[in-house]
Amino acid sequence: MNDMSFQTIMTPAIPKIAAAREAKIIASAVDVHYGDKQAIKNLSISIPDRAVSAFIGPSGCGKSTFLRSINRMNDTIPGCKVTGKITLDGEDIYARNLDVVELRARIGMVFQKPNPFPKTIFENVAYGPRIHGLARDKQDMERIVVESLKKAGLFEEVKDRLTQPGTGLSGGQQQRLCIARAIAVNPEVILMDEPCSALDPIATARIEELIHELKENFCIVIVTHSMQQAARVSDLTAFFHLGVLVEVGDTDVMFTKPQDKRTQDYITGRFG
Amino acid sequence: MNSSDLTAKRRSAERRFKYYGLAAIAVTVIFLAILILDIVVKALPAFTVNQLVLPVTIDATKVDASNPAAGDFPALLKETLAKEFPDVQSRGDKKKLNALLSARAADGLQEQVASDPSLIGKTIAVPISLSSGADLHLKGFTDAQLDEKQAAWLAALKDKGFIQHGFAWSFFTQGDSREPESAGIKGALIGSILVICVTLMFALPLGVAAALYLEEFAPKNRMTDLIEVNINNLAAVPSIIFGLLGLAVFLNGFGLPRSTALVGGLVLALLVLPTIIIASRAAIRSVPPSIKEAALGVGASHMQAVFHHVLPLAVPGILTGTILGVARALGETAPLLMIGMIAFIVDVPHGFTDAATVLPVQVFLWSDLPEAAFKSRTAAAILVLLVLLFCINAVAIYLRNKFERRW
Repeated sequence: MNDMSFQTIMTPAIPKIAAAREAKIIASAVDVHYGDKQAIKNLSISIPDRAVSAFIGPSGCGKSTFLRSINRMNDTIPGCKVTGKITLDGEDIYARNLDVVELRARIGMVFQKPNPFPKTIFENVAYGPRIHGLARDKQDMERIVVESLKKAGLFEEVKDRLTQPGTGLSGGQQQRLCIARAIAVNPEVILMDEPCSALDPIATARIEELIHELKENFCIVIVTHSMQQAARVSDLTAFFHLGVLVEVGDTDVMFTKPQDKRTQDYITGRFG
Repeated sequence: MNSSDLTAKRRSAERRFKYYGLAAIAVTVIFLAILILDIVVKALPAFTVNQLVLPVTIDATKVDASNPAAGDFPALLKETLAKEFPDVQSRGDKKKLNALLSARAADGLQEQVASDPSLIGKTIAVPISLSSGADLHLKGFTDAQLDEKQAAWLAALKDKGFIQHGFAWSFFTQGDSREPESAGIKGALIGSILVICVTLMFALPLGVAAALYLEEFAPKNRMTDLIEVNINNLAAVPSIIFGLLGLAVFLNGFGLPRSTALVGGLVLALLVLPTIIIASRAAIRSVPPSIKEAALGVGASHMQAVFHHVLPLAVPGILTGTILGVARALGETAPLLMIGMIAFIVDVPHGFTDAATVLPVQVFLWSDLPEAAFKSRTAAAILVLLVLLFCINAVAIYLRNKFERRW
């Protein structure tokens, strides 16, 4: 691979959304290794606040790896090493004195497969606020849970069965419960790792709608395999290929006038 | 070969396999049924007892009112019995007549009079233990070591209505004894329960803590690999080795009292620790990683994720493994022999540091004794052991179902 492949192309040179919003997360020269294998090569990106950024690319291209580097979920994987610098509001998240638990409270995460705790719906949402001591008393906790469920657009469907197990909900409802759980701790960033890949089109549409509403208040980063989804929900799109961030740009421009051949091939469905 | 031949062949292979499976199950069930039936049939005589209920006059000359417990109750009994058979005169015959009674026949009488001295001078009817031979003879065993005269006297006593047949409560209320008719299971039963308590108290927290650490917190390197291999090896070490270890460490090293439930429990805790660790690790590993990720994702620390989410979900598996370990410990004899629990202990243990014996050791001891009546007691002790095991398993199943959650 030549040196060109390590350069990220910006489409346009300064994406409109990046100019319009403050940068929430800035990564510069990030490398991620799993043992001997390099999963991310020299990645630099600036992710805008109160906007949706989508990571697209073929399987194994490193987009999930980078996503999990942002809230240091990769720490739990043995042999995983992250070098370079990632900052959240200018603060280095890999700094020695940073508490990873506090970081994860600021950066919530929604996973590929809905993974509610095998507890009641109420407990699922209340768990985060409880361990972080966010609720002063029982009423306060109830308020937080109800508000989070409302924000996740789930409250009307489950208000009569808050004491029933969260695992009894449908797949789409479970995923919205997981989103409610993530926003209950009042994070600044929400990372979503293919949140709709296990859902049917109707549940997917519901989640996409929700993402659209949530971006008013949160910085959202979403990994997706569906280019239509990226086109529908995101403001900024980043295309990953073989561990390299190939091209970053405003979504509308990226999907109409990609500059790199690989981006074009992927978007038009010629490989991946 | 055409396709219908192949189909026929496949079907007959399936049918054959089904029959093999059924045959295997049938053989297992038959052997189990024979085993249990054999034990139950042999044990039944131990659960009933024949006693002599003879009106005895508490002679004031034989029993001093100021110290009733020191009275000569055996003599009193012998006189009463002799009165029933006035024609028994020769010294040899008298001896044979008295041999119908248990060596400890007067104990009940003595106890009653000692607790109520006002009975002195009155005539009371107290159940008196017969010798095990007489008891077996009355239960219809022909090889009960009674001669014709004794059999005739016994028949006469029965005709007069002096023989009472009932449930042998004494089997459950007395400790061990050299006399089969007064040997009971209580000492061994309490001993077993105490030992299991000690075992659980030490093995469960240690085992779960070790499993949690190895599975969730330990770095994956050569050292932990080595530890893992050795835990697996330890699970296969013959149990008597643990007995030797206990002898060397707990008795000689720490100077703990020998043949006590405390030491027995500690030795068995060492024995079941590997089993509990392996089962707990498997249970912890089977919790979906997505649950832990979810907890980490909302900002729980690793420790919180493990204790709030992983461990509760692993509890059913941990319990199952623990119960399997405890069931094994309950049936262990060999390691306990090494730490002196083979001793003949009459007293029922009252605490963890009293000398005690356990059910399997009691079975072992009784099976070695020559008296015919001990044969049924051995079977009865086995039955008690089995019932205890079933109870423990039932508790395990109940707890597992209670804690089991679906995701």
